[in-house]
Amino acid sequence: MEPSFLFGQFLGGLTAAMFLFLIASGLSLIFGVLRVLNFAHGSFYMLGAYLAWQIVRWVGPEGEGFWLAALGAALGVAILGAAIERLLLRHLYRREELYQLLFTYALVLVLADVAKVTWGTGQLSVSRPPSLSGSLQLLGITVPHYNLFIILLGPTIALVFWLLLQRTAIGRVVRAAALDREMLSALGANVGWIYTGMFFVGSFLAGLGGALVTPTQSIVPGMDVAVIVDAFIVVVIGGLGSFWGTFLGALIFGQVLAFGILVFPGFSIFAVSALMATILVVRPWGLLGRPIR
Amino acid sequence: MTRRVPWTLLVALTLLVVPFLGSRFYTFVATDIVILALFATSLNLLLGFTGLVTFGHAAYFGIGAYTCALLMKELGVPFLLAWLAGGAMAAFFAAVFGFFCVRLTKIYFAMLTLAFAQIVWAVCFKWNDVTGGEQGLPNVPYPDLEWMDAVPLLADFRVGDKFFFVALVLVACCFAALRRIVDSPFGRILTVIRDNPERAQFIGINVRLYELAAFVVAGFFAGLSGALFGIFNRGVFPDFAYWTKSAEPLIMTLLGGMGHFWGPAVGAAALIILNQQITSYTEYWPFVLGLVLMILLFAFPGGIVGTLAGARWRLRRRPVTLPKPASDPVSRNA
Amino acid sequence: MLELSGLRKSFGGFGAVNGVSLSVERGRIAAVIGPNGAGKSTLFNLITGHLKPTEGRVVLRGEDITGAPPHRICRMGMGRSFQRTNIFPLLTVFENVQAALIAHRGHGRNFWARSARLYREETEELLASLGLLDKADVKAGELSHGNQKQVELGIALAGDPDILLLDEPTAGMSATETRETIALLKRIAEMRGLTLLFTEHDMEVVFSIAERIAVLHQGRIIAEGTPEAVQRDPEVRRVYLGERH
Repeated sequence: MEPSFLFGQFLGGLTAAMFLFLIASGLSLIFGVLRVLNFAHGSFYMLGAYLAWQIVRWVGPEGEGFWLAALGAALGVAILGAAIERLLLRHLYRREELYQLLFTYALVLVLADVAKVTWGTGQLSVSRPPSLSGSLQLLGITVPHYNLFIILLGPTIALVFWLLLQRTAIGRVVRAAALDREMLSALGANVGWIYTGMFFVGSFLAGLGGALVTPTQSIVPGMDVAVIVDAFIVVVIGGLGSFWGTFLGALIFGQVLAFGILVFPGFSIFAVSALMATILVVRPWGLLGRPIR
Repeated sequence: MTRRVPWTLLVALTLLVVPFLGSRFYTFVATDIVILALFATSLNLLLGFTGLVTFGHAAYFGIGAYTCALLMKELGVPFLLAWLAGGAMAAFFAAVFGFFCVRLTKIYFAMLTLAFAQIVWAVCFKWNDVTGGEQGLPNVPYPDLEWMDAVPLLADFRVGDKFFFVALVLVACCFAALRRIVDSPFGRILTVIRDNPERAQFIGINVRLYELAAFVVAGFFAGLSGALFGIFNRGVFPDFAYWTKSAEPLIMTLLGGMGHFWGPAVGAAALIILNQQITSYTEYWPFVLGLVLMILLFAFPGGIVGTLAGARWRLRRRPVTLPKPASDPVSRNA
Repeated sequence: MLELSGLRKSFGGFGAVNGVSLSVERGRIAAVIGPNGAGKSTLFNLITGHLKPTEGRVVLRGEDITGAPPHRICRMGMGRSFQRTNIFPLLTVFENVQAALIAHRGHGRNFWARSARLYREETEELLASLGLLDKADVKAGELSHGNQKQVELGIALAGDPDILLLDEPTAGMSATETRETIALLKRIAEMRGLTLLFTEHDMEVVFSIAERIAVLHQGRIIAEGTPEAVQRDPEVRRVYLGERH
């Protein structure tokens, strides 16, 4: 096998991994603090993509409007997420987990149709921003600048969040909450706003992921339910609520996707599910997670 | 105690009348309801009676459907045998997957059931030689129902109506069996586990073993309903095992009321009828369903049956027992 | 009856139970006392299989049960109650006790019989002996705290145990309820020839029924003997009365 081909697969897997990391890290953060498995996270991702497309249309595809679109889409989705937490989800915390899960599933249904009504069912696409429309030759393959940007963006965001978690007061509270929910109130933290804040941040990451993916993939209905299972798998592999675990999970997932195809076509789709099952059987709290309490 | 209305019998008799209305559409809806009611009720054995939240129940529905369809279509196995084989195969996989699942609790249990279901889905989706891959298995044959021509009354019915009778009788048998299981000592132990799994160990119950048994029984009946659905649907597709299909019986159960044996069946009927009504007005059925689900979660957490039962209590001016917040004596940090 | 030797349990370096050896004879009523955090509940959880000991052995009637799962230990005749009342709150009182009977008789594998009237007489008899018969059809979770404790005792007794481990059987009870419960415990223990091992913070209760007392402090037994002997023990006085040397 050509080394350049393998390298290409590797880079492809890496790009996919960074997108997944953006989405899954939000899911993981929300789960870590709220203990809510948010099925609607995929819908937030999808909305991020549609919103980005919309804003690009408003500001025009020329110039660097894409960046504005990406940021705007992420912010829009973040505000939506926070509002949903504050106005609706909040009232279900006292109920069984199942009610919270089904609520987020109801959101999936509603948001999917809202997107269909607003943007139709056709494929939409966004072109790469001019500043990154080029590509370069690397070990015999052509790598778009945009993909390189994504590959670099993933670790950057991971690092920024890690520093925020390590160095700030809020980060400390969040880490404490991920370890032991009851410690939150013991710390005297304003739990209500932390939950809303987590939803804001988590949704922001989902929206950003959705917006940034648009130059590499077309926007279609159904991208919400497809991505959420992938994000679940990533989070489970790394460990529910574990930040670096999610990063590692995304890397593994991306490479399995990229190289699974060499085993036989269709193997990857099976392999990632099997990987998730194996992890849950052998080490339910994931590669880097801790048994949650 | 006042005289009890034999609801079960009444409903069964009413359903028997449906094909006599002469509407292909009514029979179609009724068949759909009957089969999915079984699917939802099988899930409720886990959800409502054992306290296990699963995201992967569609796996067993799908396995039952594929098994039965393959046996009938490719090997010409008689319907009844293929149907039972569908259930048995689903039960077998439920035993294998369940063995691993019951070692986990709560969210991890749910995630693992999801993972296994996704594996099943991936296999159905990609194993073209056997499952037909993405295209599924179209043209699953109807069972041989010519013997019905010899039965007075039934001879003139369309094949769809005849199949409805078959499905109705088979599902009724399944419901009788499930009812029996729920009311048995085994069923009592399951409710004990639902109520307080930690305490259950200390009255000598091997909790995992009972959970596994419940998982297998639920898988068996899900398989039986899937097998019927494949024939009813005239085709079996990978979507049968996709995670969104697992959400369906969850919604039905919640809609009907998971605290009651008949809740999921009522929920299935309500959901399917609502679906038929709404889709004749708008294509945005998921939107409506999502709203219904939210209203339910916030305003009527007991579902239809739970709410009606509550209302009846109040009407009789008995002391009202309010639904208590989910008691969770094991406490999350145990 | 029950023999503990060198039982040790540490949670991430912190020793909650540090080498406890204790033996309880058949038919005895024995108490484990000690200040909060002494390791009483951990000790009970080790004995009943809820936790696996880091070191040491638990022997029940000559049989090593160290690390066996709770349900098996229970089936061998060890019943227990919990400090925080631990019953089946959504089931009726009748169903609570009946379920314990079903489980104990290994009848739970039967998924074809009718359960509604199963063991009716025995269940009612047991409820009557606990004074709960009139509440048989009430959901257990709706009972008063004292009644719930009685239900829990009923659940434990339905398993027809030889030895009963009670973690603070009178916690949260009023003075009257406490007296009644103590009288009840004493009566039942005599009637059934039960071995009783309990923890308790109410010293009046302890000294009124315990025949042997073990004092646990920082995961170690610092004194063991008759109530009189324990009361005189200088080490115990130091721990309890805060006398420093």
